[in-house]
Amino acid sequence: MPTFVYMTRCDGCGHCVDICPSDIMHIDETIRRAVNIEPNFCWECYSCVKACPNHAIDVRGYADFAPMGHSVRVRREEEKGTISWKIKFRNGKEKNFVSPITTKPWGKFIPKLAEGEKPNRGEINSQKLYNEPEGLNTKKELPTVNKDVFKKGVYY
Amino acid sequence: MFYNNPFSILSETVPAIAMQSFLIVMIALVVLGTLVDIIHKKNVKYFFENAKKAKKSATKVLGAGERVSVIAKTVVYDIGTTSELGAGKRRVAHLLGMYGTILFWIASAVMIFCYSSLTSSTPLAWPIIWHVGAIMTVLGGSWFWFFLRVDVYSEAQPWYRIIRADLFVLALIATSLFGLIWSYLQSLNLYDRWDDKVFLVLYVVSNLVLFGGVYWSKFAHMFYKPGAAIQKNLAEADGSRDNLPPEADAPEKFGLGIKREAPKHY
Repeated sequence: MPTFVYMTRCDGCGHCVDICPSDIMHIDETIRRAVNIEPNFCWECYSCVKACPNHAIDVRGYADFAPMGHSVRVRREEEKGTISWKIKFRNGKEKNFVSPITTKPWGKFIPKLAEGEKPNRGEINSQKLYNEPEGLNTKKELPTVNKDVFKKGVYY
Repeated sequence: MFYNNPFSILSETVPAIAMQSFLIVMIALVVLGTLVDIIHKKNVKYFFENAKKAKKSATKVLGAGERVSVIAKTVVYDIGTTSELGAGKRRVAHLLGMYGTILFWIASAVMIFCYSSLTSSTPLAWPIIWHVGAIMTVLGGSWFWFFLRVDVYSEAQPWYRIIRADLFVLALIATSLFGLIWSYLQSLNLYDRWDDKVFLVLYVVSNLVLFGGVYWSKFAHMFYKPGAAIQKNLAEADGSRDNLPPEADAPEKFGLGIKREAPKHY
């Protein structure tokens, strides 16, 4: 199940918009809160769930570690460098884990995106995501799918 | 301008009872709009059902004293300083707008109900509070709208793109700004010139949009957010924590923490 947002918790800070690798977390135009605009394309990577400073985003865990009827929630404490997980199974059993956010020094292997160049209007409006294709370690153009192969009325 | 009660000068042409009735109608519109919003969205029903469900996983029963203490702390810190916005420009802008609006509304109500007749003399504090509140609202609201809106800051939308979510903040800025201009023109003693009357009409219209548009705007968030903050802190205190894990007891080997970057990578 894709991500969903608890509207009472969301304050529209934009961290999920920023971090979503699929560019599907966006800001709703009516209430200026985060919303998953394309649930089918959500790969449930938990990036936005971890990044949300208000714990406003939730997602059902993968069936291979938590069967239906469970709850998986995450608390990210950046000052401690930890991510805590709590899985509550449908029979009431709980499992708690704590893991590091990263084991590598910050800024050495992980790019400092804040210091990166600001994208221009053309790059913002293009279909490519931030830092593509260089970020994918390729200089080639990314493959595209011709719109004609999609059946009208079904896909668009 | 800062020492003039604009409603007292207005009472030369508009009876005080009309101003008082207008204010009561505005309050009624807010109540009505919020109730319709609650009924339509079913958000309050969902909120209480969710809170009841979360209570089942509480590990501790909170006494009345503890509940009062949690609620008091939430009101003073979380609500009073809008702590959920974290440290930064958004919080400062929100605080400016929030306290500016509160001062502006309270001073408006006091001046309209107590000092809106030609015979009454208004204590100097109230017009000053009214003007300072309006200036704070305009500054905080404009700072937010031009520079800090998430759709502009994080989504790289152009600043001039107006969406429905802007209805509240723009109406709020308009109300304060038109009120200030109207008060300034009044203080110039232009007698029967048209200027101040135009801005009085704009002030009235922006008030109607602000208070009449509650159902369509984000106005009601000022009632929902405090409730959500209280529920969140009560859930932390009773151990249910909305199923969130407890705070990590981090060992040293987990290394240095990281610093969150501002969300502007589009």
